[in-house]
Amino acid sequence: MSSTFVLPVGPQHPALKEPTSFRFKVDGEVVVDADLRLGYNHRGIEKGAESRTYVQDLYLVERICGICSNAHMTAFAQGVEKLMGIEPPGRGIYIRCLMGELERVHSHLLWMGIAGHEVGFDTFFMYTWRDREVVMDLLEMISGNRVNYGMQTFGGVARDLAPEQIAKVVEGLAFLKGRTQYYLNLGATESTLVGRIAGVGRLPQEKAVELGAVGPTARGSGVATDVRQDDPYAGFGEKIPFHICTEEGGDVLARFVVRAKELFESYTLCDHILKNLPEGEIKVKAPRKVPPGEGVSRVEAQRGELIYYIRSNGTDKPDRVKVRAPSLANWPAALYMLRGSFVADIPIIIAANDPCLSCTDRMAVLTDTKGNEKAWNWETLRQYGIEFYRKRGIRFGVEG
Amino acid sequence: MEILKVFTYLLIYPGLLFLLFYAVFVEWVDRKLYARFQNRMGPMHTGKEGFLQPIADFFKLMAKEDLVPKKADKFLFNATPIFALASVLTAGLLLPVWHSNPNLASATSFQGDIIVMAYLLSLPTFAYFLAGWASASMYSAIGAVRVLTLLFSYEVPMFLAILSPAMFAGSWEMAEIALFYRNNPQYLPINLIAFAIAILSLQAKLERLPFDIPEAETELVGGTFTEYSGRKLAMFHLLTDIQMVVGAGFLATLFLGGFPHGIIAGLFAFVAKTLVIVFILSSIKSMTARIRIDQMVKFSWRYLAPLALLQQIIVIFLRGYLT
Repeated sequence: MSSTFVLPVGPQHPALKEPTSFRFKVDGEVVVDADLRLGYNHRGIEKGAESRTYVQDLYLVERICGICSNAHMTAFAQGVEKLMGIEPPGRGIYIRCLMGELERVHSHLLWMGIAGHEVGFDTFFMYTWRDREVVMDLLEMISGNRVNYGMQTFGGVARDLAPEQIAKVVEGLAFLKGRTQYYLNLGATESTLVGRIAGVGRLPQEKAVELGAVGPTARGSGVATDVRQDDPYAGFGEKIPFHICTEEGGDVLARFVVRAKELFESYTLCDHILKNLPEGEIKVKAPRKVPPGEGVSRVEAQRGELIYYIRSNGTDKPDRVKVRAPSLANWPAALYMLRGSFVADIPIIIAANDPCLSCTDRMAVLTDTKGNEKAWNWETLRQYGIEFYRKRGIRFGVEG
Repeated sequence: MEILKVFTYLLIYPGLLFLLFYAVFVEWVDRKLYARFQNRMGPMHTGKEGFLQPIADFFKLMAKEDLVPKKADKFLFNATPIFALASVLTAGLLLPVWHSNPNLASATSFQGDIIVMAYLLSLPTFAYFLAGWASASMYSAIGAVRVLTLLFSYEVPMFLAILSPAMFAGSWEMAEIALFYRNNPQYLPINLIAFAIAILSLQAKLERLPFDIPEAETELVGGTFTEYSGRKLAMFHLLTDIQMVVGAGFLATLFLGGFPHGIIAGLFAFVAKTLVIVFILSSIKSMTARIRIDQMVKFSWRYLAPLALLQQIIVIFLRGYLT
């Protein structure tokens, strides 16, 4: 007789505020096997994008995710610009890059707080989130919004930066630099915190490559992958010098340190951008219709590589938009890390990838265990719906 | 007259009424301190500086629907909160706060009451275990097992720690021990190691950070209390508060020289000394992350238990040397 039992985590669980479901086969306090079910929050955004114009889609894809909204918008705008054959002016490129880095700062600070909360260190959570308000205020000052900035547009950015705004951004980032140093020291020295994150959720380098991990998860395992370096966009590389941050540890602590280092890198990048901001226009005029073609656009979002595939058919609406959010690429690595871990480490291992369920969720199709037939094909789904409503006294017109 | 005094003792001070109100007050102090340490405001709106908030929370929970899971062991599920509450309230009566005449044995002060006290303070932990086990839920079951594992790690160091002041004072009666240290305050620092161990063990007994392993919110939802709601959950919360007061009073009696005789002076000393201990407990809570159960077992048996033994040896030698 086996002593294992199944511990369900999610779709509603205090450790995961977004709907995803895990089935953990648990032997005492040790996780023997982990299984993941997605598909609780399918919103049909990709399909919705096909029935809207490009400009409307820009604001639709921004709403895929609240935290990396700017990354989604940038990726979509870049892809469409490529198809249109237009190039944003220098100042537009710099401001686009600045928004991306400021968003990364807010996201990484948010992640640090979440990581603290998952291991029960709520004081750390409160402190990081208090300091995150500084960058949130900067973002609000620049764009007018705390979330969903609406800054990117085809051919550039929507708003310009005033000199007094630049001064405020520099001042805010200088403050955050000091705070980040404090958090980095705390994360590397506070014994209960280190005890919970060091050596937890190990992902060796070859496994990270094999399972296709992206973003800080991959960089924490020593894989030097970053779209900003591999496939420079928005002025990275030639105009804006960029250094990749990696760690060799392959555990949650390494991911923590990678994110802290990336925060410093972002501060340096923002400083460089603001010092060398070119004068001139912030955008060029974009056509309403996009010539037929297809293209892929890549952006290094806070969580890793974000890929957009866009196919146009010559009208003002896209033929197909496909989004591959970074969280989706990190799930196989997460499941690998969860196997053999302690039950107590489940939340922090999952959180260490900074998963974004609203980015990841897709239509899920259940297959039955006996054959390979789809358990829910269209006809059975329709019949189920009809039966469901009939039981509640609702008759559909087709039945007469 | 004697009857009246007994009733006052049982029902008003330091019995039921005082314990209830002081416990909710201490919860407010703890919440406020924790919030200020975290750069938050804490409760603000119910009463001045929100000091009625714990009472409001208690009544809100009392009014909520009380659900019992279908597969739960009904008797155990319903009985454990009452049983646990009764045991901490009884423990509260043993605190030598009022008419503690060390020469006179009474129902609340006698040789060996220190052991009874430690025992009564351990009973709620078993109640938590039974409550979790009877809930018939995966999260509660893991929480229940963790409660017992935690108990096995902190209980032995705690017992060793509370025995060292008793050994030095040469008595098994709390009132006598307190009186001894009140008369000889220079001996108090001898038990410093034991005091630190007792504080950490009390923190673990109360299942507060960094030892809130059994009810780790992000891992086990509510741990042992996952299936509890309404009145019974309110009772569990209340009894944790009372346990904190009684535990703090217990440590204050043993390590901080107890409380002087007389109703007013005793009350003031009780409040002041328990608040000092609550302050220490709150600071620990706000400075740490939750440790894992295996780390807890290692920590207790590798550091706390040997240190407690070292303290015993120090006490034995110093007692022979000084007295």
